[in-house]
Amino acid sequence: MKTKLSLLGIAGLLMVFVSCGTDQSASSNATAGTSEAEQNTPLGQASVVDEASDPNILQVAIGSEAHSTLVAAVQAAQIEHVLVNAGPLTVFAPVNEAFDALPEGTVENLLKPENKATLAGILTGHAAPGSFDVEGLKKEARKGRKLYMADGSYLEVTTEGEDVLVAGAKVIATIQTSNGIINVVDKVILPE
Amino acid sequence: MKKTVFSITAFAISAAMLVGCGGAKKEGGKKGALSGSNAEKVYVAPGEHDEFYAFISGGFSGQLAVYGLPSGRLFKVIPIFSQDAEKAYGYNEETKPMLETSYGFVPWDDAHHPDLSQTKGEIDGRWCFINGNNTPRIARVDLKTFETAEILEIPNSAGNHSSSFVTENTEYVVAGTRFSVPVPQRDMPISEYKGNFKGALSFISVGNEGEMDLSFQILMPGFDYDLAHPGRGASHGWFFFTTYNSEEANSLLEVNASQNDKDFIAAINWKKAEEYIAAGKFTTVPAEYAHNVYSDRTHSATSTMKKEVRVLNPADCPGLVYFLPTPKSPHGCDVDPSGEYIVGNGKLSANLTVHSFTKMLDAIKNEKFDGEAYGIPILKFEDVLAGTVVQPGLGPLHTEFDDKGNAYTTFFISSEVVKWKLGTWEVLDRKPTYYSVGHLMIPGGNSQKPWGKYLVAMNKITKDRYLPTGPELCQSAQLYDISGDKMELLSDFPTIGEPHYAAACPADLIAPNQTKIYKLEDNQHPYVAKSEKETKVVREGNVVHVYMTMIRSHFAPDNIEGIKVGDKVYFHVTNLEQDYDVPHGFAMIGANNSELLIMPGQTETLFWEPKQVGVWPMYCTDFCSALHQEMQGYVRVSPAGSSTALSWSLDGE
Repeated sequence: MKTKLSLLGIAGLLMVFVSCGTDQSASSNATAGTSEAEQNTPLGQASVVDEASDPNILQVAIGSEAHSTLVAAVQAAQIEHVLVNAGPLTVFAPVNEAFDALPEGTVENLLKPENKATLAGILTGHAAPGSFDVEGLKKEARKGRKLYMADGSYLEVTTEGEDVLVAGAKVIATIQTSNGIINVVDKVILPE
Repeated sequence: MKKTVFSITAFAISAAMLVGCGGAKKEGGKKGALSGSNAEKVYVAPGEHDEFYAFISGGFSGQLAVYGLPSGRLFKVIPIFSQDAEKAYGYNEETKPMLETSYGFVPWDDAHHPDLSQTKGEIDGRWCFINGNNTPRIARVDLKTFETAEILEIPNSAGNHSSSFVTENTEYVVAGTRFSVPVPQRDMPISEYKGNFKGALSFISVGNEGEMDLSFQILMPGFDYDLAHPGRGASHGWFFFTTYNSEEANSLLEVNASQNDKDFIAAINWKKAEEYIAAGKFTTVPAEYAHNVYSDRTHSATSTMKKEVRVLNPADCPGLVYFLPTPKSPHGCDVDPSGEYIVGNGKLSANLTVHSFTKMLDAIKNEKFDGEAYGIPILKFEDVLAGTVVQPGLGPLHTEFDDKGNAYTTFFISSEVVKWKLGTWEVLDRKPTYYSVGHLMIPGGNSQKPWGKYLVAMNKITKDRYLPTGPELCQSAQLYDISGDKMELLSDFPTIGEPHYAAACPADLIAPNQTKIYKLEDNQHPYVAKSEKETKVVREGNVVHVYMTMIRSHFAPDNIEGIKVGDKVYFHVTNLEQDYDVPHGFAMIGANNSELLIMPGQTETLFWEPKQVGVWPMYCTDFCSALHQEMQGYVRVSPAGSSTALSWSLDGE
């Protein structure tokens, strides 16, 4: 019972940590055991505590200062669970400067609760099912294959010298994670 | 002969009467859950964890099932002595050696008595031991991985029944033979059993990493050795084994082994045995028995045949063994948490006999003997008796204890659990079971520290308890709340095979220690490929080794050509994932064995003999990812003697 309580405590803490800016609270989660508990878990697998596995896409992003805007956006859109899913997933992760480069007020506007769906749509447009590291992307470019994205769009992959670009966004780093690949990019990819 | 039959009939009739007189009313199951808060007591909400792990033997399934208590939810069936196609246990090249014995590959056994390792008399959550009855073996399950880590065959034994119970610091796990046999085995008339057959009691030492070694055997008279339990506290250093068939009958035992008024509990002073071993009083006899060890580093098992065993003869070792007369074919042999009381559950006895360890020591000291059997002193019954539970029920089988000085005994014939008080021997409560209960289990029951909250009764017969499933019905476990004065039946749940016996402990002794993934960098499998770059296909004559990897959501390679009919193909498949709960499966059409189910960081090998020319598919069997269905590939098989070059690729590269 003690263990159960402390686990709940950890889950509760995580909840507060990850879901700041949402209307979920630790106290509502602490009522697990009633039917309410089932409804109060929007984070899904994102609330799993696992220190043994390699970090997943969400954990890596949260740990990256260069991606604080992206993480805030993911949290505002409440799509954390997508980034911890079994995948496999390739995420093109714009750095903070990429968001800063958007027209003034764009990010603030997207972070508003009423624009949650639009924001989620833009973010899922940065995720591709499958595992594509730089070599994999170069192969896509060479073979002329487009990347099918989670929002249903197809993105063109091109190369310029040693650089790889996805819909014009340049890949500046690649990180292997436990459930897929993060390609850090210098631009936000906006739907056409 | 006639007399015995008559008395058994009378027994059965009186049993029927007792049951008919309200011993087993139906209400326990039918409206119990509504009559109180029983439903709440067993309800574990989605996402919450059970309080206890219960390891319930699968009996003739040969496996060990892991349940949660109080929910009764089944978490895992750990393959122990039987092949399991689901996990490739005993089918893949790595685990085949686990089932090797001196009789060759034996892919089944009758698993009976799990017991958990202890430190200072308390459950420590490191290992679970379980015995194989039929081809005598003891297995050790590593509770970090919930995998069978080791299996040791027991020589000079047949029907390894009084097993696998551990001493209070897990110094030894014991194995007592149910059948006495010629030792060494030889061609001789069965009718010359008496005086010639022997019963071996084996003491297997357990090392710091759990490694088992058959330290010595005590060659006992030709009785049947049924169950056993260790001394604890003051009686630590002793081990107690029930015997039946002290008549030494070799046929129609149901009659001929029930002639003597009393059989024995054999009290073994194993510390004394250690002294005799140290003093060289043993003989080393030839034997043949397999020792199988699985390594988490190589992800493979090895099987070694051992060739000899040290044997002690009680007649040559005074003070090693004493017999405590115990009425009527005792089954369970149970020592209370204090170590003072030794309960003999005489199956055919009307009363329950309890011996006193203190009195036993006194009787030994003062040589209060009542003769001897094969050089082993028989202590006087009255001088070792602590007390008797009078007429508690019919067919006592097994007793366990709570932490409040109470004992709980199952009665097979009267289908009930009876609670009684240690010391006063009074019956405090009785509750029916549904039906024909064998063993019972209280978490920590075989230790100095039981958790007296729940009791699980394991039933052989379920008749009308569940939706019927044709002639073969499941057996069941029934959960009782024993925290109050009266026992309360909370729930019953179906089990795998026969829930012969069980062991349980609080989950927090085990759950925090779990291995979640195997580190790829630590993988020492001889055929591992740690990245897609390391994958290859190597031909050695007609043997082909495929070094393959798997990661969401493809195999590398996934196109292989140049395989020929008549080749012997070994797919060595490494799961490159380093993410908890992301196993992959591997299945090859026409493989004459099973699938593979490979944990992150692990390598397993499937053997495949292509018999037909063609292009044959393989695929991932575990729904691993969103693109699981795409995780597939082809092997091209050319005719024997074809010149198709060996080649392999992924995405054409």
